[in-house]
Amino acid sequence: MTSHLPVLPILIPLFGALFMLLPPFAGPEKYQWRRFATLVLMLLQISCSVSLMLEVIQQGATFYALGNWQAPFGIVLFADRLAVLLVVLNGVLGLGATLYAFAGIDREGKYFHPLLQFQLMGINGAFLTGDLFNLFVFFEILLIASYALLIHGGGKQKTLANVHYVILNLIGSSLFLFALGTLYGTTGTLNIADMALRISQLSAGEQVIAKAGGLLLLIVFGLKAAMLPLHFWLPRTYAAASAPVAALFAIMTKVGIYGIFRVYTVIFGEQAGELADMVQPWIWPLAFLTIIVGAIGALASPNLRHLAANLVVISVGTLLIAFALRTPEATAAGLYYLVHSTLVTGALFLIADMIGQQRGKALDWFVMARKVSQPALLGILFFVAAMTVAGLPPFSGFIGKLIILQSAHSAAEMLWIWPVILIAGLISIIALSRAGTTLFWRYTGDGDKSQLQTLSRWQVSGAVLLLVASPLLVIFGAAVTQYTDAAAAQLHQLQGLFEVMNLQEAAK
Amino acid sequence: MEALYVFCVGVLTFSGIFLCLRGRTFPVVLGLTLLSYAVNLFLFSSGRLRLDGAAILGTSESYTDPLPQALVLTAIVIGFAMIAFVVILAMRARADLGNDFVDGREPPDADQAIKPTRGKI
Repeated sequence: MTSHLPVLPILIPLFGALFMLLPPFAGPEKYQWRRFATLVLMLLQISCSVSLMLEVIQQGATFYALGNWQAPFGIVLFADRLAVLLVVLNGVLGLGATLYAFAGIDREGKYFHPLLQFQLMGINGAFLTGDLFNLFVFFEILLIASYALLIHGGGKQKTLANVHYVILNLIGSSLFLFALGTLYGTTGTLNIADMALRISQLSAGEQVIAKAGGLLLLIVFGLKAAMLPLHFWLPRTYAAASAPVAALFAIMTKVGIYGIFRVYTVIFGEQAGELADMVQPWIWPLAFLTIIVGAIGALASPNLRHLAANLVVISVGTLLIAFALRTPEATAAGLYYLVHSTLVTGALFLIADMIGQQRGKALDWFVMARKVSQPALLGILFFVAAMTVAGLPPFSGFIGKLIILQSAHSAAEMLWIWPVILIAGLISIIALSRAGTTLFWRYTGDGDKSQLQTLSRWQVSGAVLLLVASPLLVIFGAAVTQYTDAAAAQLHQLQGLFEVMNLQEAAK
Repeated sequence: MEALYVFCVGVLTFSGIFLCLRGRTFPVVLGLTLLSYAVNLFLFSSGRLRLDGAAILGTSESYTDPLPQALVLTAIVIGFAMIAFVVILAMRARADLGNDFVDGREPPDADQAIKPTRGKI
């Protein structure tokens, strides 16, 4: 059983979603069944990914050959510390979004829970695959689920956002295939590890073509990750999506970031000869610009959901800086920040929806409206989320930013990175405090008690589950940073990857 | 053969990108379709073009790379599903938004550019 662990985080949501389409669970009146099944599936999935994590910690990275075809030719799943960490993160985020949806959003359409499971399957697959073409296939799975989830509930805004989102991502998929064709044509393999071995043996002419393929791939990942100038779809899309979907989407940008970390560290990393670190000159300015534009967007946001979406853009820029530093230390810092920012921005979308629910027609727009009916509870949740996402102590955002700042060593790096990240943090604080004062303190009248809408326990539990990760990331900070250090070392240590997959003998 | 093939892929890609940049959903859907055709042909050629080559061992003198054929098959299926989805979405958007513009509204100055407003007679 344990030898099949790496494939379970993909199979459980796949079969779970398929079963939920069958008679005992299908139909509008069977929603209680679907909720129960989803809860069981989520817990099963999380326990499987946690046990996979424990196994990877104890025995090192493993790979799983689907159909037992061995590495360079067969399709493999590759579970190292980085991939497993993200799979666990995905499970926790998915559980939070699911719990929140139990309050009633899941009943706006028939297929919410199956689609959510398909999306989790696609994300898990994208993290676990060791094969570039399968990365494409899992991208498509998570995308088509996200297309349907984004429009869940219907409405003008969602349709409008979805048209842009779908068309952009279809063009992105075409570019992905062009890049794959180019890379396959030059290196003759699609296995990420095998490609890393062969990329240094290319002739000068082939190197140019492989470089073109690699840069095309950067466009694709940049589009998914919302890297400037490919980020314009994000604020509108995330603000239009219903709250649990937006919370789940918080990890979708991280799939793009993961692709950048994996592909440009392993394939185009230090050992790639002429092509080593070829994207670095591009990433540096783009990362800074992403942060700056995200910060400007945060100041200009008209409502809390837009603000949260722009904070996602800032976090993407910060992660790109962690990538651009190209040291295992910076990668480890980036991983810590990635876990923190995914959970907290997810929680922020949920909180925005809860605040909007209690302010009548004003929703979460920054205007005068009636008083929030549960100001203490929502205020505390918002305050903690805002402190965390802005990077103030004692929460995890502070530590995350601190270790990224510490990983900049040379004077030039410090000169660029420190002011940009710190000023972006300051701007986040300004934008969030403006949001908080307007939403909680500027109201007309005391509100009509008869229309009092108390929050459901499901909603609060979903948001609290995601928020509570932040103090936990601080309390168990030593253990987490130890883990991310090891994960980053494993990612940068390619020899270990080749040994696990038995590639060196095959190459000789 | 290579030149003709390259020309076809190039023209398809060019037309696809051109149509994707149009303002209404129908040309954009056509553009996405052409782009996916171009991608499929391109992927197929990534295993090198070869005439009379078999993909199965022991059936021919010369062999061709079977992997791109498998990749193209997958890409066709996925591309087909995506195009079907975007067609339905475009129809939904036409119904929800009341027009078939990708941006959901007519470009603000299109009318004025054609017939400039004059004072009432």
